[in-house]
Amino acid sequence: MSTGKVDRRVEPSHHFDSMIQEHEAGKQGVWLFMATELMMFGALFAGYFIYRMKYYDAWVEGGSLLDWKLGAFNTIVLLLSSFTMAQAVTDSMQGNNKKAFRNVVITTACAFIFMIVKYFEYSGKIHHGLFPGLGVWNPEAVEVAETKLFMTFYFVMTGLHGIHILIGIGLMAWLLKRLKNDEFSKDYYTSVEGVGLYWHIVDIIWIFLFPLMYLI
Amino acid sequence: MSGHHVVPFKTNLITFITLVVLTVITVLTAKYVDLGEFNLTLAMVIATFKATVVALWFMPLKYDTWMNRTIMLSSIAFVSLLFVISAVDLFTRA
Repeated sequence: MSTGKVDRRVEPSHHFDSMIQEHEAGKQGVWLFMATELMMFGALFAGYFIYRMKYYDAWVEGGSLLDWKLGAFNTIVLLLSSFTMAQAVTDSMQGNNKKAFRNVVITTACAFIFMIVKYFEYSGKIHHGLFPGLGVWNPEAVEVAETKLFMTFYFVMTGLHGIHILIGIGLMAWLLKRLKNDEFSKDYYTSVEGVGLYWHIVDIIWIFLFPLMYLI
Repeated sequence: MSGHHVVPFKTNLITFITLVVLTVITVLTAKYVDLGEFNLTLAMVIATFKATVVALWFMPLKYDTWMNRTIMLSSIAFVSLLFVISAVDLFTRA
């Protein structure tokens, strides 16, 4: 398919009538995927609330074990990345692949910063015997026994969220390659918009995770 | 492509600033204002508001079709169903 530097889509795939129809169908597919993401995390949040009701003291102790300043920092980092991602979509819709490239670079940098902070948080918890599993957990480290359950929710939920960030980094590397090849135009920017939707959902999940894990 | 709304830079910037301000409010109210159990409610109200701002202006459902809005809303509806039925069970146990 690649025939040179510029390899832009101008014709729809044979099973679509027009570029607009193909774009709408692709985008709708991403939305359906986002719906399943919300339901998957929704179930985890339901579990979080049920056990918070049951073991309130453990949730209070668990929350106090986390550094809310790091959580707040990461929240701002993710919001900034969502902003640059939204702007990258705007740029690519206007056919400006260079500007979009720069904005996706910033988004990717934010994703890395988020994961580096997460690495220090996780390794600190493991070091203090607060990781529930692999023989790491130290019962002496907490006052309420069920705090172990809180830490399980913490690692599962932020871990699943972190995996989404890592997948996002991969998707953005793919976008960067295609933006560099000048593949997108006013007529074709579906991939940029799709990755954008994914990235914003990851941000929305964190908007709920931050207060529930670090603050409450 | 015609018919698709391009969100201007200024709108994206205002959305971002709004989200940062709401994050600061979340931290301040949760850390320095003791409202007891109401702290959780307040934090969730702000978080829901922030999520709505992201969905409407970043994603941006404000300029999207009712088809995509319905997909998003239906997933929220099913999550709500899970929350409500779980709550009904928990609060009615002897």
